[in-house]
Amino acid sequence: MIIGSQKPIEEIWEMVRDFRKVLVFGCNTCVAICHAGGEKEAETIASLIRMRAQQEGKEMEVNHLGVMRHCEPEYFDPVMDEVKKYDLILSTACGVGVNFLSDRTGNIPVYPGINTSFYGAVEAPGNFVELCSGCGNCILHMTGGICPIARCSKTLMNGPCGGTNNGKCEVSKDVDCAWFLIVERMKQLGTLEKLSEVLPPRNWSTSRDGGPRRVSLEHIRAYEEQESQKAATAGGKK
Amino acid sequence: MKSGSNLEKVLASGKPAVTAELGPPMSADGHEVRKKAQLLKGFCDAANITDCQTAVVRISSIAAAVIALQEGLEPVMQMTCRDRNRIAMQADLLGGAALGLRNCLCIAGDHQSFSAAGRLKGHPGAKNVYDVDTCQLVGILKKMRDKGKQEGGDPLEVAPQFFIGASWTPMADPVDFRPVNLMKKVNAGTDFIQTQGIYDIEGFRSQMEKIRKMGLHERTAILGGIIVPKSAMMLKYMDSSVAGVSVPKSLIDRMNRAKAEAGEDKKKARELQEQEGIKITIELIHQVLETPGVKGVHIQAIEWESAIEGIVKAAGLYPRPAFD
Repeated sequence: MIIGSQKPIEEIWEMVRDFRKVLVFGCNTCVAICHAGGEKEAETIASLIRMRAQQEGKEMEVNHLGVMRHCEPEYFDPVMDEVKKYDLILSTACGVGVNFLSDRTGNIPVYPGINTSFYGAVEAPGNFVELCSGCGNCILHMTGGICPIARCSKTLMNGPCGGTNNGKCEVSKDVDCAWFLIVERMKQLGTLEKLSEVLPPRNWSTSRDGGPRRVSLEHIRAYEEQESQKAATAGGKK
Repeated sequence: MKSGSNLEKVLASGKPAVTAELGPPMSADGHEVRKKAQLLKGFCDAANITDCQTAVVRISSIAAAVIALQEGLEPVMQMTCRDRNRIAMQADLLGGAALGLRNCLCIAGDHQSFSAAGRLKGHPGAKNVYDVDTCQLVGILKKMRDKGKQEGGDPLEVAPQFFIGASWTPMADPVDFRPVNLMKKVNAGTDFIQTQGIYDIEGFRSQMEKIRKMGLHERTAILGGIIVPKSAMMLKYMDSSVAGVSVPKSLIDRMNRAKAEAGEDKKKARELQEQEGIKITIELIHQVLETPGVKGVHIQAIEWESAIEGIVKAAGLYPRPAFD
């Protein structure tokens, strides 16, 4: 899932201070699980803003709202009339949600209420760890299920650098060396010899190479088009 | 000859090679590079010109290498994977070759967070690149040189003639994987290897035994790394904090005794430790060169280039071979 973390209230205040009607809009999927931007956190942020506004003698109406997901229109469509009553939407969804909603709110700005951190998992309650970079060309079958792109500080593809110390990364004693983990895991799986092969320079065009990426499922697109044509010929509305 | 570099010629002659290191300054002081080049000239076959080591901004390796060349010192330009993508790397390799550089050491590079680990502010907020890693960079150089092609496949009318190097840390974790690590660098096309500093000669020899069994010592020239110790403190720091470096207690004890001999006299304590450090260095050079499969030494006197002349002479490695 997508892991987010709260922004300092000072930073949020600087964003919202000049608006009169602010909606803190939570997303109840990923960012709720990591206690960053669900409806509950949106409520807390809203009350912190109200307190701050009171301290500074600013007249401000601050409310909160939450929907299940900000990345699919069907979840926020039902509340759009309500959302559009505000001067500012402070979205506590991930960056995807902020972008997606902002494209649909006309002249009302959508600001980010949290920082989108990474794709990760719940290592322990309150501990979230990055495990994937979304590079668009998965090689986990070649590295014992441990991603060197997300987990090696240098995204090395052909084994550890010289900085591994007691199984830890040169960057910090608190960071595991991904390649140490890969080697140990592949020993356990009996597949260590796979690491002997030199992996050539990667094609990063599937990754964050400087342009937005898109995945299009043709069969679903074709089905959707068919359905809308049917609806049109039947004289109905979709 | 792949490159015709002096280093390649020395190695081809079968004589033990000696490389040293020249760290460029953190300012536009080209004179400093010339000064250091003069200290090293004649006492090594080539000198590595570090590429923003510890991620600290310095005169670029290529520029400093060209200055060294002008001074008559053969440089080994270093190229980290940290700061450039494959476009910039190849552009710099072509430029370096056009300027007369003939050796290139490919290296992952210290993480940018290192730049602020000491007293400097550094650039810990920099974004690292790592478009390619060391093995891949070695492969790119080899493809450019031997196939006359860029990584992407476009032809090079004039191919850069580099003697291709890489580093190797024989005793870092995971230790049993390190020989495979070296094998990959060799398979990618590495002509020479400079190892991380060796103090634990037994540990190094046991890794070299594996390397000989794999036949890697015959496919690449391994130069054992020697970091000249300056003080007991430096040895202790390297033992505890530098990955892949373990310093036997006996060496630390020797340095401590040298320090203690000076009593309260701090200047003398420094001098005695430096003298002992040079003695230790010479012993290590001999032990490394006696290890089967080793073709030379890479002596790093960090910010102490003036020590190289004495070390090389005392180790019996002077004069250096000369070719027409």
